[in-house]
Amino acid sequence: MSDTRTPQEWSEGLGRSIDSLAMRILMEDDERSSKDAALCGGGPAAVAEILTTIRQQAEAAGCEQTAAAAGSLLGALTEAAGQPDFGAWLSEGVLHLQANLEAESNGEPAGSPVQTGALTPDGPITAHASLAQDPDLIADFVLEAAEHLSSVEAHMLAIEQDPANLEPLHSAFRGFHTIKGLAGFLELGEIQDVAHEIEAVLDRARTGQLAISPEVVDIVLAGADHLRLALDDVDKALRGEQSGAAGDHRPLIRRIRGLLGAEPDTPPPPEGDRSTEPVGEPHAGPFAPDMEDPGRTEPENSRPTSRAAAESATVSGSAGTSPASRAVASAVKVDTAKLDHLVDMVGEMVIAQSLLRHDPDLAALRVPRIQRTLSQLSRITTDVRRTAMSMRMVPIDSLFRRISRLVRDLSRKAGKHVDLILSGEETELDRNIVEELADPLMHMVRNALDHGLEPPEERKAAGKSPLGRLALSAHHQSGLIVIELADDGRGLDRDRIVAKARQKGLVDGAESLGDNEVFNLIFEPGFSTAEIVTEVSGRGVGMDVVKRNIAKLRGRVDIRSAKGKGATFVIKLPLTLAIIDALVVGVGKERYILPVSAVHEMLRPEGDAVFTVENRAEVVMVRGNLLPMVRLHRRFRIAPRSEDPAQSLLIVSESMGKRFCLMVDELIGKQEVVIKSLGETLKNIRGIAGGAILGDGHVGLILDVDGVFGAAVDA
Amino acid sequence: MSATLAAPSECSPARGVNRAGKYLTFHLGREEFAIQVLKVREIMGIQDITAVPQTPECVKGVINLRGKVIPVVDLRLKFGLPELEYSQRTCIIVVQVHGAGAPMLMGIVVDGVSEVLNLVAADIEDTPDFGRDVSMPYLLGMAKVKGKVKILLDIDQILSSQGLLSGLESVLQ
Repeated sequence: MSDTRTPQEWSEGLGRSIDSLAMRILMEDDERSSKDAALCGGGPAAVAEILTTIRQQAEAAGCEQTAAAAGSLLGALTEAAGQPDFGAWLSEGVLHLQANLEAESNGEPAGSPVQTGALTPDGPITAHASLAQDPDLIADFVLEAAEHLSSVEAHMLAIEQDPANLEPLHSAFRGFHTIKGLAGFLELGEIQDVAHEIEAVLDRARTGQLAISPEVVDIVLAGADHLRLALDDVDKALRGEQSGAAGDHRPLIRRIRGLLGAEPDTPPPPEGDRSTEPVGEPHAGPFAPDMEDPGRTEPENSRPTSRAAAESATVSGSAGTSPASRAVASAVKVDTAKLDHLVDMVGEMVIAQSLLRHDPDLAALRVPRIQRTLSQLSRITTDVRRTAMSMRMVPIDSLFRRISRLVRDLSRKAGKHVDLILSGEETELDRNIVEELADPLMHMVRNALDHGLEPPEERKAAGKSPLGRLALSAHHQSGLIVIELADDGRGLDRDRIVAKARQKGLVDGAESLGDNEVFNLIFEPGFSTAEIVTEVSGRGVGMDVVKRNIAKLRGRVDIRSAKGKGATFVIKLPLTLAIIDALVVGVGKERYILPVSAVHEMLRPEGDAVFTVENRAEVVMVRGNLLPMVRLHRRFRIAPRSEDPAQSLLIVSESMGKRFCLMVDELIGKQEVVIKSLGETLKNIRGIAGGAILGDGHVGLILDVDGVFGAAVDA
Repeated sequence: MSATLAAPSECSPARGVNRAGKYLTFHLGREEFAIQVLKVREIMGIQDITAVPQTPECVKGVINLRGKVIPVVDLRLKFGLPELEYSQRTCIIVVQVHGAGAPMLMGIVVDGVSEVLNLVAADIEDTPDFGRDVSMPYLLGMAKVKGKVKILLDIDQILSSQGLLSGLESVLQ
């Protein structure tokens, strides 16, 4: 060699070449679709070129094994290029090259020479050992895997609905495959094993060797549950806490294997001994599940089986990747505290901008350039504000997925057939709300299933389809998110609710109660405790908790129901907890903020519409209805502009299902405000729910209607 | 009122050697007070305060501190001194105190801010016993500086929900 480079330098160059090839494959892995799989790595020609370089460099560096490996890869290249799983074959080959190089540069004996079509990757374990210890990587893995698991769940349920549709199957497969791969990388043997077994099940289902039955779905879901627990364990271990919730994974694996073994239409494994099974062909077909952990040191030959099989799976898996499922990946996780701070600062920016815009001195300048710049600034601020707010929004589908899982489990347990219809999964709302909503919604679903929907026989007897229908939908409606849960079960029995309420002393003269008021009785705490409730309405177990949770989110629940035809629960929630549409009202020198959602109407009463009752309380006649009136200034002990109701504004609002009027001096305006807490010291003031920064930078207090009215009644 | 009685024993650990350090001094009427500089976040001129109904008189209301809503307490009223109209000299000192669990920001209204003093342990004396009728749970001690007395305040104690609540109770009674 005329080249003056030392073997060391050659070796480094070699490492770079191999890495660049690996990078090339990796980068393109995502982009690849089934059609151009053969173009992986830039096409066989480009790969051949790189491989030739690698071989030369390896020879020069004195890495005989690597050179040999590259050579044999090169030899097999043309043959493999025609195959659909070329990509997997290639990545396997590159892995092997890397391993060889690693071993040789460490002065260790390299892995076995590569054979055409039968790649035996080996050795990267040492290289990854340091990575496996990295808590950040593991934490990321836990998060990512959890996401995969939740989408897997949705996919499995979709498969059960429509076994002919292979797309969810592919997606579920990919989910487990990714988990397996990452777990292997991080040396989380148990997770890898379980994911691998499930992957095997799914792979057979994909290739049509295993019919999708509820048992298959069950087992995959059980596997997902196990993985979730195992992930929890990893997470806990990471934080130094006690772990061990997952328990032994062996029974589960045996169960999966039992399923695979019991499947009659599965062809027998090609050879008795798995370790000698031909593994190079990308479509290795049914690979027998194995208990070995590929991440540990083991007899060399036993390992390739699962690896190669897995790799072949990747290819077909990614081949099916739809653009939609890939788009999800481009997200960044941000600490919510940072988001809150951003929203705070954006709010301040909007105020500063508005002060600037309305600054009389600036306006007096009458310079068009300044005006232009200012309006440009205002456009930008508005945009920034909107973006900042939207960053807190997430689609509700994660919650719906949990619900569908719950429905499936419950309906199977209860022996009821339920058709769950989801719609509006893409509806976005504040992530805090999604989390807070989970409990009440699950509770309502459980109630609907337990008590609302009848068993099949009863349904038949009532002339209904034995298949119960449960519809869960979400949509936006005038700045609110509306979630509807409708079943076609027994419905609420109005008479029995009233009877029960009378017995409990909750109502006296029930004749005057409207449907809504009657149905709202099931949210009364007294109603929730006894089992009688279940008989009465089929609802009500813990419904007060539901109501309270929803009220905490400033939302409300309405019920529509007809006996024997089913019940519909309508939850209306604000899109976000952070912002409300509000009316700013003035009383004396003070300004208060009233959520628009709490306002039914506003009016200026005629002088003779207000009556006093025993000179202590006041009522107003509003279109034929007598409503109690609360003077906000008396309530808050401040000096009003006017004591005369005819000079004031009455706001009709509702507290605990009862309407009342709130008297204020005037309406100042309507604006969106960002809700802020008043802090620890002032959090328990009756009638005040929080604060918000008004347009001029001052703080306005947000009224809590229930508090204002309740306190007024007490006084 | 049990809170007030229990307070002296609670704050006694603070009477140790760790009282030395930098203090921000301010005055209310003719009395000079001092709080640890470490507690102070910023000092601002008096501004419009949004009154909050149904709070003790000493709670003047809330202000907007760059997007955060923080409560403001008038220290004069808290200490039972006569109310004084706010002037150019009136300041709001924003302090960080221990809330229930998390630290929180609060503003205190004082007549005026004086200076920052470096106090050594020798300058500081324990609060003398004023007898049974005078309970002063939130005093860290007294410091003698150039012949004048500065009253060291335990601002956490004063602004804790309980400290304010004791005021609230008296309002309701």
